[in-house]
Amino acid sequence: MSHKQVSYTLDSTLETVNNAEETASRMAAEAGFGDEDVMKISMAVREAAVNAVLHGNAYDPGKKVTLAFERTSDDLVITIRDQGKGLDPSKIPDPLAPENLLKTSGRGIFIIRSFMDEVEINPSQTGTEIKLVKHVHG
Amino acid sequence: MSMKSSTRQVDGVTIVDLSGRITLGEGSVMLRDQVRDLLSKGQKKILLNLGDVNYIDSSGIGELVSAFTTVKNQGGELKLLNLTKKVHDLLQITKLYTVFDVKDDEAGAVKSFS
Repeated sequence: MSHKQVSYTLDSTLETVNNAEETASRMAAEAGFGDEDVMKISMAVREAAVNAVLHGNAYDPGKKVTLAFERTSDDLVITIRDQGKGLDPSKIPDPLAPENLLKTSGRGIFIIRSFMDEVEINPSQTGTEIKLVKHVHG
Repeated sequence: MSMKSSTRQVDGVTIVDLSGRITLGEGSVMLRDQVRDLLSKGQKKILLNLGDVNYIDSSGIGELVSAFTTVKNQGGELKLLNLTKKVHDLLQITKLYTVFDVKDDEAGAVKSFS
């Protein structure tokens, strides 16, 4: 399998979230993942894009989202970067805790971690980068 | 495919037939508005038929939870019918499957309302 890298800089809009999901679905299918993994990957990317657009950049038209895909023989690596204040992963409440179960938000990161093999969240003062990895051979 | 919904009445229960995607934006807002509209008309026995909902994201799940608690807080009941595998699996991993009353048979679901 050849090494492929592609990167996009997008506006902080709902359209970007939809585009990110569609692109992830296409890239995952091209990488040879089965239907279920394609769904998981595209959903994880969608959730990361929602976090970037809605929570990171707060739909600010002056802030961008960067979406990058890297395909190697072993992995599909997807990186989403926003220009917000930086997300502190230690402050994300556990959505499975009884006191949080009926909350109407807060499940995005959990879904991402459930569906991807590796997840790295790297906050900084200039934004948050989230790196999602799915191994080609499981 | 964006979300579509229609309603029908069966034995005092309002069945909301949903199709498409319940996601951040149009889908989740439509669900929220639909439930609020039903409650404003005094229709508090609500069965959401998700048989044709092929995709839901965490925002959509949040709207389901919001609908559930809003209806419950107003003395009503909201139940789910015909989950697709995708929606079923998501509700399971988020531990919401046991929070909602999930049915796979419409007639039985209608009878189960108080």
